[in-house]
Amino acid sequence: MANIDINHLCRLAQLALNDAEHEAVRGDLERIIAMVDQMQAMNTDHVEPLAHPLDANQRLRRDEVTEVVDRERYQLGAPATQDGLYLVPRVVE
Amino acid sequence: MQWEAVIGLEVHVQLSTKSKIFSGASPAFGGAPNTQACPVDLGLPGVLPVLNAEAVRMAVMFGLAIGAEIHPYSVFDRKNYFYPDLPKGYQISQFAHPIVGPGTIDVQMENGETITVGITRAHLEEDAGKSLHTSYPGMTGIDLNRTGTPLLEVVTDPDLRSPEQAVAYFKQLHALVRYLKICDGNLAEGSMRCDANVSVRPLGAEELGERSEIKNINSFRFVEKAITFEIERQIDILESGGKVQRDTRLYDSDLNETRSMRTKELSDDYRYFPDPDLLPVHLTPEFIAEVKSSLPELPEARKTRFTTELKLSDYDATWLTGDPEVADYFEAVLATTDDAKLTANWIMGDASAALHRDDLEWIDCPVPATELGRLIVRIKDNTLSSKLAKTVFEALWAGEGTADEIIEARGLRQLSDSGALGDIIEKIILDNPHQVAQYRAGKNKVLGFFVGRVMKATQGKANPGRVNELLLELLGSWGQSKGAE
Repeated sequence: MANIDINHLCRLAQLALNDAEHEAVRGDLERIIAMVDQMQAMNTDHVEPLAHPLDANQRLRRDEVTEVVDRERYQLGAPATQDGLYLVPRVVE
Repeated sequence: MQWEAVIGLEVHVQLSTKSKIFSGASPAFGGAPNTQACPVDLGLPGVLPVLNAEAVRMAVMFGLAIGAEIHPYSVFDRKNYFYPDLPKGYQISQFAHPIVGPGTIDVQMENGETITVGITRAHLEEDAGKSLHTSYPGMTGIDLNRTGTPLLEVVTDPDLRSPEQAVAYFKQLHALVRYLKICDGNLAEGSMRCDANVSVRPLGAEELGERSEIKNINSFRFVEKAITFEIERQIDILESGGKVQRDTRLYDSDLNETRSMRTKELSDDYRYFPDPDLLPVHLTPEFIAEVKSSLPELPEARKTRFTTELKLSDYDATWLTGDPEVADYFEAVLATTDDAKLTANWIMGDASAALHRDDLEWIDCPVPATELGRLIVRIKDNTLSSKLAKTVFEALWAGEGTADEIIEARGLRQLSDSGALGDIIEKIILDNPHQVAQYRAGKNKVLGFFVGRVMKATQGKANPGRVNELLLELLGSWGQSKGAE
């Protein structure tokens, strides 16, 4: 069984889990990986990788500005705004 | 030990479409914060991206221009990471199936050497928003206007070996996208942003050293300085017995140094997967052929035409074709003058100097090409000496009228008429018997004295060639023997 680094995954997914949740997730992931291992056992030598399940072509949009932006309305749901900006807790790399 | 630098560049080229890559909002630079961010850009629930046809066309155009493989089947993927200026929590990009495959760009170095830089791939993606960290205590301001701006990320093979080569490549790419009119090339507004992957290894070694990635360099000069700094930093570490850490760094132009931002997350951590909101893009051979037929003349082809058909030197041709605006202006002037070398001299000399002095771009040049052309024609037909031409040029620059109007209004016509000039010269000869005697005694340098007097008497308008001819003729006829044959 693969060694799953739950802490690393939590950091990538920005999730804070308590110990109980931690173990529950570990159990889920172990079952998912077991299923993937089962799929891996299939011989796919002559199968082209599938990039998308639908065999259809992307429709393209004409290059025109069609959106009227109503900033006031879009910002109604934001917890904090100022000078037209969305404000979020400080992030510095 | 001798070290060798290995450099690869990833340049984000902002495509100059009218609308964003997946939404109908405007990507124009400089709008008030969040006035160009529509629900698709904001990542609101229930919205769907729809791909901009023009972004696809521009990407294909670029691929064709560098002789790259155009993939008839390409796929958009989600690149997952969390940052407040990326509201969806993922960036739509292309990973396994980019639209443009391997190609090459030939780069001419200043020493005349040409290097061929491999292009690994070029793919379409959306830009993120901007974070403003300074003005709001404890908070970060987010402007999502830039979100969804179409980018073509052009990735090189690790083919570059010096900061000079990296800059030359970046400049070449800059010229190319401007020729193709797929990017405005405005570095100051971030229209082209460069990430540099830099490593060093002992000269002659096969294996690559550990690399660092310098993010978001946005000027030619900083590309050179940042890479120079980074190479030295890595050599210092290695020579003192240390190990280079793989990391992502920022270039600080004030301090001229690179600083570590974070140790690089492994690329698997972006958890790319095909975006289920977008279908694969299928390009037909007809579409690709149509784009190919619309390609403009490219810098290299234009340069070759300038050296072969117009007989310009390699240096002049390179200078004139680096920027399509310059080359267009040159050709517009040439249409009037039919003299490539003289036209090139004026553009690379006086016109370029005046633009530089007034901090203007070629497109803003106040002298219309036809008028610079008329000015040059007046030099060719001997109406103007090169000195008078400079005066006319300054008046054209100041908007005083057409070249011919200025010549008339200011009386700047050059004196070439033998009768009028002859009279003036005869008088000067009569007034200066002492110098005439010196000339007769074989002191040819005295000729300069007479030329100076004639110029003074004509307020600089005398045709220098005619003055010389007439002086020799008249001084000779005043009794100077021609000496032994």
